[in-house]
Amino acid sequence: MSAQSPAPDQLARFNVSPARRRKDKIARNTILAGTLLALIPLALIVYYLLLKGLGSWSLSFFTTDPTGNTFFKSSSIGGIKSAILGTVEIVALASAIAVPIGVGVAVWLVEYGKSSWFAQMVRFFVDVLTGVPSIVFGLFIYIVLVVGTGSSFAGYKGSLALSLLMLPVVIRSAEVILMLIPGALRESALALGAPRWRVIFSVVLPTALPGMVTGVLLAIARAAGETAPLLFTAAATNKTNFNLGQFMNSLPVQIYSDVTSPTTAVVNRAWGAALTLVVMILLLNLIARLIARRSRLA
Amino acid sequence: MTSDGTSLRTADMEPDELLESGQARSPMPPPTRPQTSAPAAAAVAPAKPGLSVRLEKLRAFYGSSEQVKGIDLDFHANEVTAIIGPSGCGKSTMVRCINRMHEEIPGARAEGRVLLDELDVYDSSVDVVAVRRAIGMVFQKPNPFPTMSIFDNVASGLRLSSRRSGDLRPKVETALRGAGLWDEVSERLDEPGAGLSGGQQQRLCIARSLAVNPEVILMDEPCSALDPIATLKIEELIAELKQSVTIVIVTHNMQQAARVADRTAFMLSGELVEVGPTQEIFTNPTDPRTEEYVTGKFG
Repeated sequence: MSAQSPAPDQLARFNVSPARRRKDKIARNTILAGTLLALIPLALIVYYLLLKGLGSWSLSFFTTDPTGNTFFKSSSIGGIKSAILGTVEIVALASAIAVPIGVGVAVWLVEYGKSSWFAQMVRFFVDVLTGVPSIVFGLFIYIVLVVGTGSSFAGYKGSLALSLLMLPVVIRSAEVILMLIPGALRESALALGAPRWRVIFSVVLPTALPGMVTGVLLAIARAAGETAPLLFTAAATNKTNFNLGQFMNSLPVQIYSDVTSPTTAVVNRAWGAALTLVVMILLLNLIARLIARRSRLA
Repeated sequence: MTSDGTSLRTADMEPDELLESGQARSPMPPPTRPQTSAPAAAAVAPAKPGLSVRLEKLRAFYGSSEQVKGIDLDFHANEVTAIIGPSGCGKSTMVRCINRMHEEIPGARAEGRVLLDELDVYDSSVDVVAVRRAIGMVFQKPNPFPTMSIFDNVASGLRLSSRRSGDLRPKVETALRGAGLWDEVSERLDEPGAGLSGGQQQRLCIARSLAVNPEVILMDEPCSALDPIATLKIEELIAELKQSVTIVIVTHNMQQAARVADRTAFMLSGELVEVGPTQEIFTNPTDPRTEEYVTGKFG
């Protein structure tokens, strides 16, 4: 290597023409502008939620049930305790139903069904299910379990409606992740003399876990924010309730009923509840990611 | 040997039992074999012989296309047999038929017989899981299980294929020593297997298949993703391993075949052209096509 720097004409062939530089700059800035544009609504939502919601946050906001009193300024309107607990209960049951079934269907599709006609049919119906409006799931459960049985609203019926909503999201996201697991991993486990079910449980699913957590969280986040499927299934109530067989309050339904109130304090409670919902999903996201990261060695 | 017939038919057989039955039905006198002067690996390698494998009119198909066209071939016990031939000649497919991995591919099937010692692995009463425990496999690309530590990777074969898993430490150590990896990893068995170098990963995969005490190990181009030094280590390892297992190695590298194999088989377009002692195949082949291939005229 010589200490001398190369002659300018030697470097000239590496020069990029000004026109190309300009085009590169325009392309880059266009992409940047698009990204920023997409971030505007997100930033605005978070900003308004914090602006309007933080004001109604207080200790009693989280520790008292709504009183149902929404007209008289003299008396307290209460907090959202029953709604928070109701959402946690309903969504937890819905996840407990949808996640195992959804992952099971995805495993079947990828490991057994592959491209058989039946598997293709299942995929098609799962896709159709993804496009069904959430209120239809609510109506379905309402017709079958509320009207059909002649009984009343109950928390578990809301859970069922939400689990139907979550199912296609869980199946499709889990399927995509399972298909990403290299076939060589399955083969090497099979070649060790492992039965197929052991390969799935001990090699395929652990490898897919971090990716699946993302899909499951997406489904949970979507379900937790749904109002429509809960309106005719779990209904709205003020009391905190730990019995999934009874009426159960939830954050979306609380927001829905509060936001139409003529009383400012009650509308503000809706903002506070909305902020609570967002923060809860954010926390769930963080916790699940930490767990998934810890459970993975690499 | 009637014991052969039953031993492979038990799905949940312990590796130990397999080892014992392997000794019981062995065609060769067990432990007393001459120790090589060489490394610790040989000293701790499980003292049990491999089994011979015989292919009879083996044909393999992908859908309707025939990739292996009726092969008769013997793999002698405790010898290294290399399979050479140009890309796409059916080497890998043939080898994958031996432990029935071929049928894992949708639309793939095999005809003919594969005799492990005297048992047809395609017999309807034979459990495919037991076949794969007796006939291990090492793949082209090192593929340790990414979620498992070094220890767990080696133990995986034992854990995945049996219900009780007792104390795995001695078995894991034996397998790692057998693969010549113990000295490099004994201090960090809890670290992820994927953190090792490529050559170490491949030896980890060899240890993983050794841990279940197979009688035969199939190697499908085990060095093609490795550098020359790692390749050399694997080749030394193969020479030691053949004391306890029968080895079938597919390779693109003719020098490698010449270095490691006792016998070499040359395949062309799904057919077996010639098989014989390695020396003979490379210096004095009977078939002109073999001569053209080993002298580099095509392939």
